Amino acid sequence: MTLLEVAGLTVRIGGRTVVDGVDLDLDTGGRLGLIGASGSGKSLTALAVIGLLPDAAEAAGSIRLDGEELLGRSDRALSRLRGDRLAMVFQEPLTALNPLMRIGRQLSEPARLHDGLSRRRAAARAVELAAMVGLPDPERVVNSWPHQLSGGQRQRVGLAMALACRPALLIADEPTTALDVTVQADMLRLIDDLVVQQGTALLFISHDLAVVSQICRDGAVLNHGRVVERGPLDAILRAPSGPYTRELLAAARATSWDATPDPDEVAT
Amino acid sequence: MNILVLFLLRRLVLLIGALAVASLLIFLVLRLLPGDVAQTIGGIQASPAQLAQIRRELGLDRPLLAQYWTWISGVVTGDLGYSPLDGASVSSQLASKLAVTGPLALGAVLLAVLGAVPLGVLAAVRRRGRVGTAVSALSQLGIALPTLWVGLLLVTVFAVETRLLPAEGFPVDGWASPGQALRSLVLPCVTLALPEGAVLLRFVRSAVLDVLDQDWLRTARAKGRTRTGALLHHGLRNAAPPVVSVLGLELATLIVGAVIVEQVFNLPGVGAMLITDVGERDLAMVQGEVLVITAAILVIGFAVDVAHRLIDPRLGGRE
Amino acid sequence: MNARPRRRRRVATLRATGRALWRSRTGRLGLILTGLLVLAALVSAFWTPYDPTLVDPVQQWLLPLSGGHLLGTDNLGRDELSQLLAGAGTTLEVALLATAIATVVGLALALAAAATPRWAGSPVERLIDVLVAFPVLLIAIILAAVYGGSTWTAVTAIGLGSGVAVARVARAEITRVLGTDYVVAAHVAGSGTGRTIRRHVLPNILPTLIVQLSLVMAVAVLAEAGLSYLGFGTQPPTVSWGRMLQEQQNYIAIRPLLVIWPGIAVALAVLGFNLLGDGLREATDPRLRGSAAVEAAVEAEQ
Repeated sequence: MTLLEVAGLTVRIGGRTVVDGVDLDLDTGGRLGLIGASGSGKSLTALAVIGLLPDAAEAAGSIRLDGEELLGRSDRALSRLRGDRLAMVFQEPLTALNPLMRIGRQLSEPARLHDGLSRRRAAARAVELAAMVGLPDPERVVNSWPHQLSGGQRQRVGLAMALACRPALLIADEPTTALDVTVQADMLRLIDDLVVQQGTALLFISHDLAVVSQICRDGAVLNHGRVVERGPLDAILRAPSGPYTRELLAAARATSWDATPDPDEVAT
Repeated sequence: MNILVLFLLRRLVLLIGALAVASLLIFLVLRLLPGDVAQTIGGIQASPAQLAQIRRELGLDRPLLAQYWTWISGVVTGDLGYSPLDGASVSSQLASKLAVTGPLALGAVLLAVLGAVPLGVLAAVRRRGRVGTAVSALSQLGIALPTLWVGLLLVTVFAVETRLLPAEGFPVDGWASPGQALRSLVLPCVTLALPEGAVLLRFVRSAVLDVLDQDWLRTARAKGRTRTGALLHHGLRNAAPPVVSVLGLELATLIVGAVIVEQVFNLPGVGAMLITDVGERDLAMVQGEVLVITAAILVIGFAVDVAHRLIDPRLGGRE
Repeated sequence: MNARPRRRRRVATLRATGRALWRSRTGRLGLILTGLLVLAALVSAFWTPYDPTLVDPVQQWLLPLSGGHLLGTDNLGRDELSQLLAGAGTTLEVALLATAIATVVGLALALAAAATPRWAGSPVERLIDVLVAFPVLLIAIILAAVYGGSTWTAVTAIGLGSGVAVARVARAEITRVLGTDYVVAAHVAGSGTGRTIRRHVLPNILPTLIVQLSLVMAVAVLAEAGLSYLGFGTQPPTVSWGRMLQEQQNYIAIRPLLVIWPGIAVALAVLGFNLLGDGLREATDPRLRGSAAVEAAVEAEQ
């Protein structure tokens, strides 16, 4: 069943077209990788879906979640959906959390906003969430301040906040890019586990083909705001159709530890 | 909690130290007065012997440090000495003057904050539109206008031309007639509040602008907060520290601005008293007044530091 | 060594800064207003329509544009325009002198604070913090009590009071510059303290410092007006906008205009310096695209 339908999405900023007629489909519980180099428009596509484009941007086209059109709706209407039906994890954990608010309070915010939990119940839920993402000593973490946590830990908090209300769709914008290599694999695994557990659909954005292929089966490659390739990732990896995709693949192979088999080496 | 207490104690010690240094400085500088109080009391005809006698009575012949000690030990117990010119107790005089200056300063702060915060937030949120630019320009103007001129303008409009409010003065029996007292303070408070409010507005605006750019504000919206909700629940707390700092600094300027405003509106406050006493070379009074003013400023500085620490857990106390 | 390229770069930076300043709206307005002030001050040094101190009871309270007086006369028949021009001279004089003192005091304090070893550094900073508590007016009052009110009282008081503020800003900047790799490298290469200061520290803190100084000028103008109003500043017969306000306050019911002119003058001067400071800040911010620094680099290349 189709959960997310993006049709002809076009985003313009300051006269420049940064996303040009993008089409995407995602089924309930499905996964889609969005791959592209910096400036390809992948992050902006994600922001458009969740309705958090910068003020200077204009979006046109159609974004339907469960058949409901999202584009053009008021901030108030969208805010009711955000965190509840669709959620996002951002790239930079060091700036994603409010430095002057304790972790527990930030964790309990979605539940208080959408599920109407009381302060005490939400606080208890916060501890559960901290445990869910594998944070050690959840009771203490909940009372800590963001600057007392490492980048990896803060990113887990981000994930917990996003999944707090069991959204139907999780958008992950380069969630592992800013993390240490040693921590990246753990984070990917965590996302994978939780998304399976909650039955969440996943839109995973990255510049790294290798990382995406570990967590998604299908993908779309973006270049200058246009989808240049789409389909099952293993097919793309084996036989990239365009020079752009080949470059991405080469870059991924050069930096990735995970042995994505070089098509030339695979015994046929 | 432990760290917090340690921070408070350390800061308190610093405050007391600063007060001590300030009092010493004030004392020493005023001792350099070429004007001789003894001469003023004794009159032009007094003989050197008589002057020496007066000085002995006033304790002016004792070593400087001894004089300082007498004074400062008195201050700590609330006794600021007596004016050698008319025998009045400095503390009681100060108390009656503070009854005017205090409400004036507090009223001005309140007005300034009530005006600046909403307008500053508005200017930041609507920065691209006409509203934002207009408010911004107004605040630039507000800073440039000299307090005393604003006062005079207000007097012209509200007192002279329209007779709505008193042009100057304060009821003789002070707060015993509260209605009249309040009416006398309206124009002075507004006068003081305008330039302070303008400065505050600029800082509120820039602080909120900073906040609007932050990633975590976006995260808040991603969780389901509306723009306004995110600003209120997350943004304001983060915008507060620089604003609190400025408020502290502005309070110091305000206290001093009160001196001028009291002249403009002929209010019997601490500032007016200070100016008269300086003219009369009344050491004891001037000492006490300047000390009180400086102490007020230092205490405000202390309060600002503490407020900062309470709002932002990243500051102080951690190594 | 290579003095020529460096000088060329400095000249280029100056020109680029000037242009960037003119381009920004705030900078342009600031330049115009302060330019007017300077012009008025210079003119008044050589000529005024009338002698500003000439008392002429017959001509008192003339309205603007009457009897050959462009802005009218005051309660003693003195020409208003002449007084305003003369006041501009006083204002500029006080502002420049006070800012000069503030710069010297501020830099000295800041260098002292930065140069003292860590264990002794803290008391100096604490001292600065305490001194900041003495507002300019308070210092002026004390000085006036000791030496009587005069232009010098005002200048010294404003200079000392603002000097502490300058010290704070300078201190922060010096610390920042001392920490840059560039300076550390120079030090390691054997550059002595004096040389380090002259060659590396001072030029690098200059932009921020200049912005601060223009703001100090604004404060100085306001302070001078306030002090003269209270009688602690310039004394008669020297003309001062602040004293004009004080003198005309009693006649506000008869001729409110006489209170408006000096006030506008002060406001415009302060506004001018403030806007100039803002404009300078924009023009020297290396993070802003098209800023003077980038332009200068480009110019120096050619």
